[in-house]
Amino acid sequence: MKKLVSLLMIVAVLAVFVPTAFAAPPAQAGQDYIVLAGDWLAKIADKYLGNPYAWPAMMALTNQKHLTDSSYAKIINADLIEPGWKLYVPSAEEAEAFLATYDKNKPEMLYATGAKGQLVVGSWWTAGGEAEGLNGMFKIYETKYPDVEIVNATVAGGAGTNFKAVLATRLIGGDPPDTFQLHAGLEVETYSPEQYLEPLDDIYASEGLETVFPADLLTLLKYKDHYWGVPVNIHRSNVLWYDKAVFEANGLTPPTNFDEFFAVCEALKAKGIAPYVMGTKDGWEAAHIFEDVLAGTLGAEKYKGLWTGATPWTDPGVTQALENFKKMIGYANDDHPALTWDGAGEYLIAGKGGMMIMGDWTDGWFQSKNYTGYGWAPPPGTQGIFVALSDTFALPKNAPNAENARNWLKVCGSLEGQEAFNPQKGSICARTDCDPTLFNEYLQSAMVDWSKDAIVPSVMHGAAAVESWVTDYKDAITLFVTSGDVATTQAALQQACVDAGICQ
Amino acid sequence: MRRLNWERVVSILLISPAAIATAIFVYGFIGWTAYASLTKWDKLFPDFTLVGLSNYRKLFANQRFQIDLRNTVVFTVLFLISCLLIGFLLAFLLDQRIKGEGIFRSIYLFPMSISFIVTGVVWRWLLNPGSPEMGSTGVNLLFDMVGLGFLKTGWYTDPKIGIMAVAIAATWQMSGYTMAMYLAGLRAIPDELREAARVDGASELQIVRHILLPLLRPVTLSAVIVLGHISLKIYDLIVAMTGPGIGFSTDVPAYFMWDTTFRGNHFSRGAAIAIILLLMVAVLVVPYLVHSIRAEAEL
Repeated sequence: MKKLVSLLMIVAVLAVFVPTAFAAPPAQAGQDYIVLAGDWLAKIADKYLGNPYAWPAMMALTNQKHLTDSSYAKIINADLIEPGWKLYVPSAEEAEAFLATYDKNKPEMLYATGAKGQLVVGSWWTAGGEAEGLNGMFKIYETKYPDVEIVNATVAGGAGTNFKAVLATRLIGGDPPDTFQLHAGLEVETYSPEQYLEPLDDIYASEGLETVFPADLLTLLKYKDHYWGVPVNIHRSNVLWYDKAVFEANGLTPPTNFDEFFAVCEALKAKGIAPYVMGTKDGWEAAHIFEDVLAGTLGAEKYKGLWTGATPWTDPGVTQALENFKKMIGYANDDHPALTWDGAGEYLIAGKGGMMIMGDWTDGWFQSKNYTGYGWAPPPGTQGIFVALSDTFALPKNAPNAENARNWLKVCGSLEGQEAFNPQKGSICARTDCDPTLFNEYLQSAMVDWSKDAIVPSVMHGAAAVESWVTDYKDAITLFVTSGDVATTQAALQQACVDAGICQ
Repeated sequence: MRRLNWERVVSILLISPAAIATAIFVYGFIGWTAYASLTKWDKLFPDFTLVGLSNYRKLFANQRFQIDLRNTVVFTVLFLISCLLIGFLLAFLLDQRIKGEGIFRSIYLFPMSISFIVTGVVWRWLLNPGSPEMGSTGVNLLFDMVGLGFLKTGWYTDPKIGIMAVAIAATWQMSGYTMAMYLAGLRAIPDELREAARVDGASELQIVRHILLPLLRPVTLSAVIVLGHISLKIYDLIVAMTGPGIGFSTDVPAYFMWDTTFRGNHFSRGAAIAIILLLMVAVLVVPYLVHSIRAEAEL
């Protein structure tokens, strides 16, 4: 009797390890299914295959059917199916066969392979204007290359952190997407480009890109004498936003240097208005503001030198920048550690704050809050300097559809592609010949500056330095915000440069 | 050695899946992390050149990590003491056979059923100090309304007391749990002991001091272990409530570990922090495990 009980227990344990075989309803042949209101893929998979996690098999096999029979739906987004669509519900064996090889980090497996193969585009643009802009570029690509199946392999979350982890695994495993998103500048070093990426010099030559991008941008894009990415957009880090009504009521004009800046602060403080607002909750904001203070204090050339080793971090200019920043923090709102940058923006919207320094994504955010009373100017000392960050697309070695990827990079660099992407994303074109009328007033002014200003790379957004250096730099500034200790901070910044292998 | 009979085979078979999984996914990865902490893995792609203990040396010289360790100590001490005191007090009061005990017990226990994320967001709002220009908010607003304006402080935006504000939120969540432990302990103490003490003329305070507290010592020990390892590993509450805070005033090793590993690609440094965290928890838990295993053996 005891033996029997033990035997039953072993069977029970084994059953846990082979659940699907027992749990699924009796096997049946594949069948068609018309989507009803209130359906979603996992629900249908659960109903017909007894396993909600079998939905990828349904999606992949429906897309496969769509290639030869267009009465079947083409599922682009797993979260979006419409009533009336015809789906293919695979048999249990078909589903199992697919799921056995399916890897959720390879979304291209969910899409069928078209006549000319696929184009797997990896990015972290999953929502809002940036996703719409990306779709705009996809549309252009589709009209030019209708036979290629585009796979939008986005990975959400963590400002690209999750995406980069997936990408690193795929690059090491020799199984890369066809093209992927990469910040312009030194971030490329993270990916050991000589080992894992293809140089794109030929595309720059054939598309004439060297004549349409500003020279400073081209220098920034070059790493070890080659281009590794094609830029699609430009954001500006150094913008001083101010409330027009507050400035007018107090007879003020936007400050152009630090003395004027502090004079404006005094004037506003006397009126009970927070002169300068910031939010520092997430740690990176203060470091972002400080890069603009550095550029404003040192000037374009010396600022650029900080990241190449040409300007030492022990330079008196850095000391001065820290002093300026310390004085600025003295005028900042008390609750800045509790706020993110948009929380600080609420001060301007409420007419209780005078100025803030933040990148030009602030423009889109102000508009979403229906706030129109804002003006903009370069932060003190940065007239004629454009602190830039940019997204590019790169081509990995051994990309499965390298030819399709090259065509994609051409679309990315083209006038048409950039004009489709940027108005949606709220950024300006990397090219200098985009049509200004497509853009709003702020972006138009940024476009003018972009074509004539000295362009320097943003640190906090991946353009100037490798990520390990950026986080050490950020940590030093976070400490500085409370300690105000100029000497210690300067030493820490110097040490970060040494650790990064740039300074001696 | 005993003979391998059928029953033994069965028990080994039944235990082995869990044992193998634990061996790989717990101990295997601890070993892997320890190994990674000795390498030069400082970018997205692994670099397994061994560099000895230099990651640890650099870490202890790192100002942020020093602040993190101090924050952990302050947080743990505050959190433990306040949870134990409030938990015991609530349990003692509930033990007085009051009316509606069930309702109070549930109310005190409810916070524990909430995730730290929710607690963090709510307390971030409550302890947001506001500013002179935009007006006070949360608890400070409450102080203003009842005329206790002088009690207003910057809470977690004040680098000196930032970590205490986090401890307040954590205490709010976990003191009900401590109460439940103590209440169970108190109910297990036979009434005869208290009766006897009263007959001997002991005051209520003396009963607490000389009878209840000594008998509750095992409960206190368990509570210290449970709360202690929560406080050493605290991460989600920090993320939701304050982030690393102004000048890292609310930063903790677990948050630093995540930040430096996944944002900064300092993988070996992150691994070193993980190992130090493990050692800190081990210092707390291992003696307790040894103690309880011995106690079991004696039974």
